[in-house]
Amino acid sequence: MSYLSLTLSLSFVGLAVLISLWQRLKLERDLLIGTVRAFIQLTAVGYVLKFIFGLADWPYIALMLGVMVLVAGQNAARRAEGLPGAFPLATLAIAVAETITLGMLVGLGIIPFTPQYVIPISGMIIGNAMVASGLTLNRLRAEIAAQRAAILATLALGGTSRQAAEPALKAAVKAGMIPTVDSMKTVGLVQLPGMMTGQIIAGISPVEAVKYQILVQFMLSASVGITSMLVALFGYRLFFTSAHQLRLPSTHPSR
Amino acid sequence: MDKLVLEKVRKEVSGQVLLQDISFAVPQGRVLAILGPSGAGKSTLLALLNRLEEPTAGTIYLDGTDIRRLDVLLLRRRVGMVFQHPTLFPGTVTANIAYGPSLRGEKPAQPVVEYLREVGLPQEFAARDAQSLSGGEEQRVALARALANEPEVLLLDEPTAALDKTAARQVEELITYICRHRGLTVVWVTHDLQQAQRVSDRVVLIIGGRKIEEGDTAGFFCSPQTEAGRAFLAGRLAEIGREVN
Repeated sequence: MSYLSLTLSLSFVGLAVLISLWQRLKLERDLLIGTVRAFIQLTAVGYVLKFIFGLADWPYIALMLGVMVLVAGQNAARRAEGLPGAFPLATLAIAVAETITLGMLVGLGIIPFTPQYVIPISGMIIGNAMVASGLTLNRLRAEIAAQRAAILATLALGGTSRQAAEPALKAAVKAGMIPTVDSMKTVGLVQLPGMMTGQIIAGISPVEAVKYQILVQFMLSASVGITSMLVALFGYRLFFTSAHQLRLPSTHPSR
Repeated sequence: MDKLVLEKVRKEVSGQVLLQDISFAVPQGRVLAILGPSGAGKSTLLALLNRLEEPTAGTIYLDGTDIRRLDVLLLRRRVGMVFQHPTLFPGTVTANIAYGPSLRGEKPAQPVVEYLREVGLPQEFAARDAQSLSGGEEQRVALARALANEPEVLLLDEPTAALDKTAARQVEELITYICRHRGLTVVWVTHDLQQAQRVSDRVVLIIGGRKIEEGDTAGFFCSPQTEAGRAFLAGRLAEIGREVN
């Protein structure tokens, strides 16, 4: 693609800004910030990837993956604002999901351990795990607050915090996994996933692109399932003391 | 013999003092009513007794043992609780009554129909869906659910406040009967003066997180010792606010 056509693509942003001005949405600032950030981040990543692909050494790959996991964990924790311990929890869950999923892909010889495969695929695994852990944390918090009376009733009967939180826990795992499960059902019919689209545009045969997409879809269901389960299984503890006392975090979100 | 003893119990939540140096004792097999206007800290105080909440300072003793030294899950079986809202779990009445023991993989000490009989419900209720009951029936099931743990102490947090007048009176009489019959030690939180007078042996009056009065129920209602106590009994709540704050 020429730089001229890339520059011309800015007119799409201009269109969105015009709509925002016209409808007084006050989104112009965010749109401009988003545009500049997208440009800088993507360009930077392009060069970083080129650099790493050139090195092709596993410590660099690991470093890159580490940074991706950290950023994803931080982003997911933001969803559960004000919940202490959310960041290490989300980061750890995402890291475990990435390790298991990527480990299986490489271990079973499905993809080679080269940056060209590992990094884009990890990006998808980590990105989806990030969304899943954010959704799970958020839902867990909402369910525990909504089920406060039932939780107290179970605790008062001598139940453990785990037993008291069980229904909230199940709802939270479900909430984290549903988007991925739903997208498995409609993929190809409603949306053509970005990776597949990109491969087709880049000239790869659609049948070949589809093979990778199926792999991606299956792998995402695993990583999202692992993440949601870990976040819920360990996350409910953030809401209880060791003496099985419910401890709802303060309602005013921290900034 | 005192079943429950509170010594200088204090509760703060994020710097706000909810309870200040509360001390009193509940004799074995007696009913103690905790009285006070809403927001006085009555429910908070009750939740300290089975460690649903932790006091900031002070000690609570059950049979002479600091409750922090007991296994908390065992403590909560020995000290049962009934809330203002029954909050039954989805499922049958039987599942609800057997829930406490089932949490540790056990069956209730008696068949479920025995608990139903005790709370005045016919045995046909055993198979009913818990969500299909009236308010009074729900509260009876919640009471049976607490009893199925065979507790020694029962904490009651306004157990009749959400019921209509007739059901409230029936449930009140039922609870009183069961507690006497079983010899339970009871701490009964209520804002209803007449109810406290009917059901309790002793009264503790709490206003603004402080213990204002403590005494025999008859004595308290005949001749309260403090001006705040007299004002509370006379329903002059505004004055109490002035005196305490």
